[in-house]
Amino acid sequence: MVETAIVPLIMIVIVLVAVLVTVMYIVLLERKVQAWVQVRLGPMRVGPHGTLQPLADVLKLFVKEDITPARADKWVFTAAPIIVLVPALIAFAVIPFGRDLTLFGITIPGRIADVNVGLLYIISVASIGIYGIILGGWASNSKYPLLASLRSSAQLISYEIAVTMTLVTVIMLAGTLSMVGIVDAQLSKGWWFGFMQPVAFFIYFIGGLAETNRAPFDLPEAEQELVAGFHTEYSGMRFAFYFLAEYANMIVVSSVATTLFLGGWLAPFPNVAWLSFLGFVPGWAWFMLKTFGFLYVFLWVRATLPRYRYDQLMRLGWKWLIPLAILNVVVTGLLKVLV
Amino acid sequence: MVEAAAFYILAALILGFGALVITAKSTVHSVLFLVADFLCVAALYVTLQAQFLAVIQVMVYAGGIVVLYLFVVMLVNLKRPPEAHSDPRRRGRLGFVMAVAVLAELVAIFAVGWAKPATAAGALSPNNVEQIGRALYTDYLIPFELASILLLVAMIGAIILAKREL
Repeated sequence: MVETAIVPLIMIVIVLVAVLVTVMYIVLLERKVQAWVQVRLGPMRVGPHGTLQPLADVLKLFVKEDITPARADKWVFTAAPIIVLVPALIAFAVIPFGRDLTLFGITIPGRIADVNVGLLYIISVASIGIYGIILGGWASNSKYPLLASLRSSAQLISYEIAVTMTLVTVIMLAGTLSMVGIVDAQLSKGWWFGFMQPVAFFIYFIGGLAETNRAPFDLPEAEQELVAGFHTEYSGMRFAFYFLAEYANMIVVSSVATTLFLGGWLAPFPNVAWLSFLGFVPGWAWFMLKTFGFLYVFLWVRATLPRYRYDQLMRLGWKWLIPLAILNVVVTGLLKVLV
Repeated sequence: MVEAAAFYILAALILGFGALVITAKSTVHSVLFLVADFLCVAALYVTLQAQFLAVIQVMVYAGGIVVLYLFVVMLVNLKRPPEAHSDPRRRGRLGFVMAVAVLAELVAIFAVGWAKPATAAGALSPNNVEQIGRALYTDYLIPFELASILLLVAMIGAIILAKREL
């Protein structure tokens, strides 16, 4: 009873709180990193060196006036931010954070659930999240959000194909769709899959940038600087949901990259015996280190690279990444059979 | 007991959403109820321990096909066409007759015994993907290849219809 119901419930609460707090602080980290890259300081007023800035942001978004456009579709307008936030959060249900612990005779597993099709579960909830973007633009009953949302969702479904192909190569190496199984396969093979599949890792990284509407693929979002993005008519908490969902998606993409390509909760070089002292650092600490490293690269790329134009973006996805990803699958399959 | 309750609740949801699909006033609402329908069907697959099929249902149907439906519906923005005939209840009456005909057909199929529910083979093993893969590549190889050729033909047809110039 305790193990089947209460432990997962407590873990769900912990993971949700951790994700939401991380999202708030990733926002601050992004502002700080961009600031330092641009030789300035970023938020410094609220709290020491601006560390309480996220609380100020949350408070501001809570108390802002909630405006609904006059002829917007009320139900869909209300549902769209929820449709985009819930998939971003439930994807954390299958990510393995660390080793299984045993406290007071109760086994605390290192993840919330071990689904035998865990990786496909994450991909499928990500494809549901696209609805929130399409409906957000449409329900605003305004031309520019509609066009921006269509652009953004077209970008998302295009890069989803390349990303799924790279995940196929990881599945071929691991032999299982379960996320826990993939980490165990990396442990048994002794190599992180990022080293065995560098092309797939590279394509996944680029696809991850495009999937989360991050620079340099953030034209659908940056339109709001020029004209309007898909969340232009949303204010207050509704906008906060979109914002939260975008950063939560970033964390999901980083967690999946960590699990699949960077060894999940494994220490570096798990095959080298004399480095096994690194195993004293708990698994979840390695996981967080790798995820934050990946997230930092996201922020770094945003501060560094200029934005792609929309047709360049689509051409890159369809004419370069998808053929490259398919070629990678074919080569991996051949190597598996021949070697 | 729990499975029966889950089945009936999901079946009621599926039928309810299906009814809402055809009676919704706005086409976009129709498509959204269809998505909800597909999600409930995926839940039904999970109760049958076909988890792979459930996530593929969500990924392909709800997350791929209906997204493209939604694009078309939103961009075309159809209004309900004006009634073509002078008697407004004609459509309802025709619909009722057709529904009775389909129901009679279904009852006849089950009475003759062409559609028997397959004997339950016990719980599916958790290796859904492996079982499906084996079946697809050994017993059902030819239908699999034919299906992929069909998809290729559809793709080429769509490109030719939509291209500006080759």
